[in-house]
Amino acid sequence: MCKECGCGLGGPIQVNGEPLNPSSLDDSSHDYGHSHESHPHDHDHAHPPAHQHLEVHQSLLQKNDRLAERNRGYFRAKHWLVLNVLSSPGSGKTTLVQKTAEHLRGRLRVGVVVGDLATDNDAARLRAAGIPVVQITTGTLCHLEAEMVAHAVERLQGDPLDLLIIENVGNLVCPAAYDLGEHLRVVLLSVTEGEDKPLKYPPVFHSAHAALLTKMDLAQAAGFDRERALSNLRRISHHARIFELSARTGQGMAEWCDFLTQQHRTHTSPPPSSAHA
Amino acid sequence: MHEVGIMQGAVLTAEQQARAHGATRIHKLRLRVGQLSGVVPEALQFAFEAASLGTMAEGGVLEIETVPATFWCARCQVEFPCPDFLPECPHCGQMDGELRRGRELELCSMEVS
Repeated sequence: MCKECGCGLGGPIQVNGEPLNPSSLDDSSHDYGHSHESHPHDHDHAHPPAHQHLEVHQSLLQKNDRLAERNRGYFRAKHWLVLNVLSSPGSGKTTLVQKTAEHLRGRLRVGVVVGDLATDNDAARLRAAGIPVVQITTGTLCHLEAEMVAHAVERLQGDPLDLLIIENVGNLVCPAAYDLGEHLRVVLLSVTEGEDKPLKYPPVFHSAHAALLTKMDLAQAAGFDRERALSNLRRISHHARIFELSARTGQGMAEWCDFLTQQHRTHTSPPPSSAHA
Repeated sequence: MHEVGIMQGAVLTAEQQARAHGATRIHKLRLRVGQLSGVVPEALQFAFEAASLGTMAEGGVLEIETVPATFWCARCQVEFPCPDFLPECPHCGQMDGELRRGRELELCSMEVS
């Protein structure tokens, strides 16, 4: 907006904090398509009021966070343990989810929500393995949001479950910002990706409750430096439980599934009664 | 590129606030963006141009204050900044600090008329 007279003509547009047209920064040039010579300022129309400063202080993720809280309440009422599984594309999320569900058979009933930009390939694969699954196709969206999960879990209402695994869109950046209402955030790092991924993508690794080194059966072929990867993970994901596993060979799966069974107990057991306090 | 959706939400929120105060134009939006928020300030600036078109904020300015990641070391009872995201306490070298600031993603204030 023109600062001289509030005429409503466009002001400077910014790209990367720099004005698109540098000359528009200079108010004296005032070249927004009218000249002040032909626009005398002794006219008597009412000027718009001066700029007003408003304090807002509102989280931009407020809506998602509110819906995530609602999901959390729903999950609690259902006695579900819920995981949000994040990683780069191709790090082995779907295989891990399938093998985890198979490994837990007889202990925990597992349902899955899968997010992808396109195709229902992952859902078809899990369905073929006898696992209740709902696919969310996000179109162009790079992450899942709490609202999508709320809609997806409605489709799982008929399935008695203990553990819900949400397989997020393959992406180490954007999903980190969105709470889905999960109990545990699980981040995968496969041995073919490079040991410095946690240093390169700190927000997602920092927010992890469990960090999984996957495809360990390929470690040697990939020239994977295990010590360096573990050291990087411990530096960034210092709150996280770290597991080394291969869903394909079953290495480390028993320990991982024991952890989930124990977490299910912790998160779904009723609070201690205060009746005798 | 989730910044587009976040920016659309920010403009919508800003318009609601402006309307509630009887304003018709938004001249400036100020956001606080934490270093660990998972959001790229440059991408927000870029998204603002598209998201503000045809709204009260069209032609306005977006100011972004970056909030550095700050951790708390319980052992040394100190807060320490973490410019490279490695939460290493400068006193004891431990890396188990608690994140105190750096995940903010907030519309903090605006200029309207």
